[in-house]
Amino acid sequence: MSTATSPLPPKREITTKPRFSDKVFRAVVTTGGFSSLAILGLISLFLLYNGLNVFRTEGLKFITGFDWIVPLPEEGLPAQYGIGAMLYGTVVIGLIALFFAFPISVGAALFLSYYAPEWLKKPMVLVIDVMAAIPSIVFGLWGFFVLMPHAEYWAKLIHKYLGFIPIFDMPANAFSRSPFIAGLVLAIMIIPIITSISREIFAQTPLDRVQAAYALGATKWSMIKTVVFPYGRGGVVGGAMLGLGRAIGETVAVYTVLNIVFDIRIEVLLSAGGSVASMIVNKFGEANPDELKALMASGFVLFLVTLLINFLANFIINRTARE
Amino acid sequence: MSQANPVHSLANVAAARSATKEDHHIAGTGIEAKNIHAWFGDKHVIDNVSIDFFPGTVTALIGPSGCGKSTFIRILNRMHEFIPTAAMAGEVLLEGKDIYQSGTDVTKIRLGIGMVFQKPNPFPSMTIKENVLSGLKLAQLKVSNQNELLESCLVRAGLWNEVKDRLNEYGGALSGGQQQRLCIARSLAVSPQVLLMDEPCSALDPGSTLRIEETIRELSSSMTIIIVTHNMQQAARVSDRTGFFLSDGGPGRLIECSTTSEIFSNPKDKRTEDYVTGRFG
Repeated sequence: MSTATSPLPPKREITTKPRFSDKVFRAVVTTGGFSSLAILGLISLFLLYNGLNVFRTEGLKFITGFDWIVPLPEEGLPAQYGIGAMLYGTVVIGLIALFFAFPISVGAALFLSYYAPEWLKKPMVLVIDVMAAIPSIVFGLWGFFVLMPHAEYWAKLIHKYLGFIPIFDMPANAFSRSPFIAGLVLAIMIIPIITSISREIFAQTPLDRVQAAYALGATKWSMIKTVVFPYGRGGVVGGAMLGLGRAIGETVAVYTVLNIVFDIRIEVLLSAGGSVASMIVNKFGEANPDELKALMASGFVLFLVTLLINFLANFIINRTARE
Repeated sequence: MSQANPVHSLANVAAARSATKEDHHIAGTGIEAKNIHAWFGDKHVIDNVSIDFFPGTVTALIGPSGCGKSTFIRILNRMHEFIPTAAMAGEVLLEGKDIYQSGTDVTKIRLGIGMVFQKPNPFPSMTIKENVLSGLKLAQLKVSNQNELLESCLVRAGLWNEVKDRLNEYGGALSGGQQQRLCIARSLAVSPQVLLMDEPCSALDPGSTLRIEETIRELSSSMTIIIVTHNMQQAARVSDRTGFFLSDGGPGRLIECSTTSEIFSNPKDKRTEDYVTGRFG
């Protein structure tokens, strides 16, 4: 037996000498990995650099203010840039979209995972994935020409029966191009991503738990409630966040069906709303150089918001995957 | 001695086991499998197996891997049909009624015929207490005194003393053997007449295996138990009757089914003798 005083040997350094081919491959993948980081960093730097002056002059008012005033040069007045109403509007239409898309997506994912007959599964998954690939302007045009007339009718019904709730109130008879309609169009656009993430999570539910539930006399619904939902909760919430991220960043579809107004209105059926991304598109074409910088600053803020939501979504999904 | 003649030692175990069960009274409901065939796709995996499982007995199903014994036990509570290509023929009679009859409520069948799986599978998002009572929630059953039921199930599963002070901890915090006994307790909570066990000890250490075997012996006075096992010693220790399954490369067949002492001391078929003496398998 060794005595207690005998010294422990020093820890050895364990290394390997990589082969040349390994080194080349490593260089290639490292470049790939870092280039996405670099692109992300450069874009944000570009936006920040161009918008910095606006941030300096407007300060916090840029986030909280409601006014976007671009005076004519001969007036000689200072410009005012505030995207508070746009940020508020973005969140509102994102939440409306989520309100409609979330139950539909989770329902579709459950149907595909546990109820759909085998022959229907593949074509349905394909159709849903194709939905994600449709260009957003197509959704916008469809929303404008097809959905809007119907949605206006629904909005009138909602106002008629639920008008006592402040958000469904209507100060003027203007039901078209409202946050409600923009939210509906966005809902359809984010259904595919929430559905496919939910479906993947549901499909990973450990089979032994599913069988344990059935062996205890569970019905399909009680099995789903007891086994599938607790397992998939985090992933589904993460999927919803990714959908929200997409809704917030969506530009042209919202631009087509939303009347952008620099004002905070709680009435979601009223033809006045906001969206940072659509506002940028709206103003971009005829902006003067100074205003252009303000738009870049808006882009930077939007970029931060979507980044934050995506990070949050990934965090939630990863935390669930580890359980 | 046991080294020299394994047949005798196992036969002794089986004989000692039946001696302790002399005064054993018949309880529970039997279950009868008649002319069972099974397929996965086009592959015929079980060929014409009929076994009558008597009320209040423990029947062990033994045989080498791939002989269809796990498939067979899953047919007994309609878990077989979860595999997409699976098909079956024959009848399974519980209280004289065919559980595969069209129009049968399969959730009711599974309430009457509980199952314990190879790998312990407590629900990880539930506490020990919630796990035991999960069957009530899943099958939408009401019970007047939940705490009484909780205690009696855990006592019968031989787990009460180890967990009575930590009922609100998560089931995943228990050891493998304790988790398996938790799964047994969970099955007992919906008071099945028949309990199926599909190699319940194959993932457990010897100590936990012995505890589970004690539990099985205690339960056998009140219900019909069918246990699939790879372990012949286990079959000899816990069962009253033993069925030997074998596949010759084709579908699995029941070679013989008799009292356990008969199978281990005086098997009728040469292949049974070869298997229980360890000549193959």
